[in-house]
Amino acid sequence: MDRRRFLKGAVLFLPACGLLSTAAQQALAAAQAKNAAAGEADTGLGDYKPGDHWYGMGVEIDKCIGCNRCVEACKAENDVPRDMFHFRTWVERYKIRHDGEASVECISTQQGKEATPEADQDVVRTFFVPKLCNQCAHPPCTQVCPVGATFPTEDGVVLVDKERCIGCRYCIQACPYGARYLNPLTRTADKCTFCYHRLVKGLVPACVEVCPTQARVFGDLKSKASRLVRFERMNHISVLKPALNTVPKVYYAQLDGEVR
Amino acid sequence: MEMFREIMGRVSGYIYPNEIEINWSILIVVYPYLTGLVAGAFILASLVKVFNVKELQPTYRLSLLTALSFLLIAPFPLLLHLAWPMRSFEIFLTPNLTSAMAMFGFVYAWYLMGVLLLEVWFEFRRDLVVLARETKGVLRFVYRLLSLFSSDISEAALAFDRKAIRFITIIGIPSAFLLHGYVGFIFGSIKANPWWSSVLMPIVFLMSAIVSGIAMVVLLYMIITATRNETIDMKCLDKIVTFLFYAVIVDFSLEFLDFIHRLYESEESIQILGQLIALRLFQNLVILQVLMGMLVPLAILVVVELRRFNDDMRKLLYFISVILIQLGIFSTRWNVVIGGQLFSKSLRGLMTYKMEITGLEGLLTALVLLILPFVILTVLVRILPIRRLDQQALPPG
Repeated sequence: MDRRRFLKGAVLFLPACGLLSTAAQQALAAAQAKNAAAGEADTGLGDYKPGDHWYGMGVEIDKCIGCNRCVEACKAENDVPRDMFHFRTWVERYKIRHDGEASVECISTQQGKEATPEADQDVVRTFFVPKLCNQCAHPPCTQVCPVGATFPTEDGVVLVDKERCIGCRYCIQACPYGARYLNPLTRTADKCTFCYHRLVKGLVPACVEVCPTQARVFGDLKSKASRLVRFERMNHISVLKPALNTVPKVYYAQLDGEVR
Repeated sequence: MEMFREIMGRVSGYIYPNEIEINWSILIVVYPYLTGLVAGAFILASLVKVFNVKELQPTYRLSLLTALSFLLIAPFPLLLHLAWPMRSFEIFLTPNLTSAMAMFGFVYAWYLMGVLLLEVWFEFRRDLVVLARETKGVLRFVYRLLSLFSSDISEAALAFDRKAIRFITIIGIPSAFLLHGYVGFIFGSIKANPWWSSVLMPIVFLMSAIVSGIAMVVLLYMIITATRNETIDMKCLDKIVTFLFYAVIVDFSLEFLDFIHRLYESEESIQILGQLIALRLFQNLVILQVLMGMLVPLAILVVVELRRFNDDMRKLLYFISVILIQLGIFSTRWNVVIGGQLFSKSLRGLMTYKMEITGLEGLLTALVLLILPFVILTVLVRILPIRRLDQQALPPG
């Protein structure tokens, strides 16, 4: 082959590849549309239609007793590493002293467990705050993921594709809530999924199910009959770090200004 | 439990439990340092071709080769840092267009293939053709291969080379700005992190890149001329250092402005950032970066400008200041990348970074990655003439 022909071939090769892949994608999209039209879309979700839902979680601070059962249930349900510093959900204890100073500890890792009872004498009130991925409507984590491995679903849950994540950890840096971690087992980014595998079967997340005081309220904001809609109507609702405009879908009732 | 206690011992205040791991390690410090050198060295080179600063001609080719050597290694720290390096090609094939990091492959490929390699090739083409004629054996083939089997060194062809170089350099300057400005953007655009989130970040990165690149070329020029027993062109050296001096002043002003801005704006994060500087970064930020890496070399350069030292004294002072500047810029990268991860996003506590020594993301890997560009550069300056071959020495034909 002479050089001219080789170069010509090389120049044509790239656009040709582009055209071929576009054609392949279009063929795939056409096939999917056809399947969907025939009602045979094999999403593995059965009757479940993601577009019909918009999920969120309510947390009633005054009801949380810090029993940590949600944390345990989450770890068991989602294969979260059983060590002391990987959590999809955790519980913080806030202590407000006479002078207004607040101190925080994580009762799930037992940070600060050494505190003596004397140190608590000055405390005027204390409360527990369960934390988890806020399933933001404007998630900074999905914006920064270079390969689109973390993505919002139609029903408002942010998920991570384990097969796609390259482990660059940019999403962990971008999350203002510390809700993400690199799972040491899968070596990919991990976080709360609202137990998505349970949602699609009509169940509530594991943490909600085990909560003995019903401090966690799960629901579908598109359904008027949802517990969460009622919870939002009956309480003064706050979200974490509202100034960052991430539009969280974890709604707190009776949230103290100290919590961030 | 023991391990947990040990780890918690390195934490002060309250941090979110997942924050115990420092996710971006020393490799991510090395990455902006390397790309900074690339951008800086290239911008120095472009002063010759676009702005016609004739005095810098002796370091033109060295600057280009320095930029190339460092650029070739620049993606490796990122690649080694990935938990799934084999999936990295996904960034090229199916990039998520909203992500700054997804642009890496394109910015990098453009800068390497569209700018640097082309400019290096056009600059060295004539000499490669000449060398291919003069040498024998394997080396002859290497030179012919490097010249891509071109053989035309007529005046018309050389005129085309010169035109091409000028054109590529003009495109290259914004590309160099883009390359490093973009690295700064990766950090500056993370609004969740008050230590990073700043619109000045890309510009500060860019100016510190120019400073580090120029200082590195000065250092290499001095070392290479010394090892080859050649004399340093003092006019050239003085001129580069003048540019370095201005670049340091601009860089320092920008960093200072950034600091003042944060302090004046004094958002909710200011307290934890104050603690960060006082408790975790004092040595690296105040002593290494600002004092040793910026103020001392600046003072040296001021003294050199004001007083008429002889050549040897100037060389010595220049040598000291460019080494200090390298130290300072590396600390800058460290303080940005590691510093930004040492405080909790709860704004209530501080972590500690415990660097691995032998691990994949450890000190040794970082050192290897920092040494490799110099190895490549050594090979390049052995093969390629960093001074133009004398026109008269042309063999017939």
